[in-house]
Amino acid sequence: MQNLLIDHYEAVAVILFGIGFMGLLLHKNLIKKVIGLNIMDTAIYLFLAAKGYIAGRLAPILVDGVQGAEHYINPVPSGLVLTGIVVSVSVTAFSLALIQRLYLKYKTLNLDEIIILQKKEKGESSK
Amino acid sequence: MTVLEYILLGFLLICAIAANLSKNLLNAVLIFMSYSLIMSVIWMLLQSPDLAITEAAVGAGVTSVLFFLTLRKVHQLRGTRDE
Amino acid sequence: MNNNNTSKSLWSRLSAWVEGDPVPCGEKAARPAPRPAREKMPHAKKFRHFVSFYRVMAVFFCFVIIGVLLVTVNALPLFGHADNPASNEVVDRYVEKGLEETGAVNIVAGMILDYRAFDTFGESSVLFLAITSVMILLMRDKNNTDRDEDLRTARELIVENKHEDVILQRVASLVIPCILLYGIYVILNGHLSPGGGFSGGAIAGAGLILYASSFGMIRVHRFFNQKTFTAITTSCLLVYACSKGYSFFTGANHLPTGIPLGTPGAILSSGLILPLDICVGLIVTCTMYGFYAMFTKGEI
Repeated sequence: MQNLLIDHYEAVAVILFGIGFMGLLLHKNLIKKVIGLNIMDTAIYLFLAAKGYIAGRLAPILVDGVQGAEHYINPVPSGLVLTGIVVSVSVTAFSLALIQRLYLKYKTLNLDEIIILQKKEKGESSK
Repeated sequence: MTVLEYILLGFLLICAIAANLSKNLLNAVLIFMSYSLIMSVIWMLLQSPDLAITEAAVGAGVTSVLFFLTLRKVHQLRGTRDE
Repeated sequence: MNNNNTSKSLWSRLSAWVEGDPVPCGEKAARPAPRPAREKMPHAKKFRHFVSFYRVMAVFFCFVIIGVLLVTVNALPLFGHADNPASNEVVDRYVEKGLEETGAVNIVAGMILDYRAFDTFGESSVLFLAITSVMILLMRDKNNTDRDEDLRTARELIVENKHEDVILQRVASLVIPCILLYGIYVILNGHLSPGGGFSGGAIAGAGLILYASSFGMIRVHRFFNQKTFTAITTSCLLVYACSKGYSFFTGANHLPTGIPLGTPGAILSSGLILPLDICVGLIVTCTMYGFYAMFTKGEI
């Protein structure tokens, strides 16, 4: 338990992941689900960026020539998160486009009502 | 600096919980924009300026614009010109 | 509803303000006529039991996940220590030999565009795939529009062209050149300072979005229509693929490109990183603008 106060970034990242996941599972509105998914994404990026930090060192930009590896933080998780942010915006844009088409067809954004309407359609079309 | 970190992390948790609990969809998207901004500041504190610039431009910029456009298309914004 | 605001307590007024008042206090807001209410869907009895069981299990499952992950975080190496296993000899190699092998002053940009160029290529492909999928879903043609939608679009176009937002246009004409210039600066200086292709592309894309939303799509179509969009995205992705993709077939050996590494700190340096940065920046700009155009108008 002592480590959780030192590792406060990772602990908060994990709690945010749980909050986002709960929002993703429990909300019935589709847009709230997408917001929950985005919160989960950014929580994971916070975890990764915190794993790359080394206390007392600076950002990995060589301003005065190469000074050895003990003056800069770990740049590898930064690269991973950079790709992740762009993938997250792509997934969000695609799911929002799907939500627009779903609304065009079913005139509602409530997942329960969409499932009921789909079952009704399938029941009518299979008759 | 640690006090600032704790305050920012507390704001993050409050923003995440508030974005989930808000009933108005427009409010939820606005709170999500501020969550993205605070995340960008935290990454600046973790000495990663690339991530901070990208998150500020993408999260608090383009993603939120896409959310607002979707809200307009699904008729959740009041006072716009279409019915 | 809010007949007498002063009679309510401070807390109820604060909570009403946070929630968003349904009617602005005092005046009668110009609201369109409310849509007829849908009939309430009666849930089947089985469905109701399943719904409450699902909610309880979801909350329980999330708390279990948070608990297990917090126990894991407790056992992880401490935050910020220099001898974490994450900082191994790969990182030492990237930082120490980064400048002389890639020529980039920004180690992260040199890493993602030279040492790990496949990651960036995959991510550019994901962007291209996303904009293509959004075009498939939202492109306006005769299959997914009916006559109401066409009339509404025509009406909106007339309203847009007649009532120009003077304040928005004046301010935008001052701000848009700065935004585009800053975006191009961040793209070109990706290997020298924080930023790179993605952030610069997102900034320039946001500038284009502001131009399209304040001056109308007809002005944008003068220099950016669907043919331009297709040409830019496909050619940039092909340039990236050809310049880094052949090493799949040559056994992970790179041919030396003719571009010199140059002096570190100059803009024209670091070999192939600058052209690749420009390619990635252009792809991200077009994609962000494409998302906006697809979402509002249904056409680029």
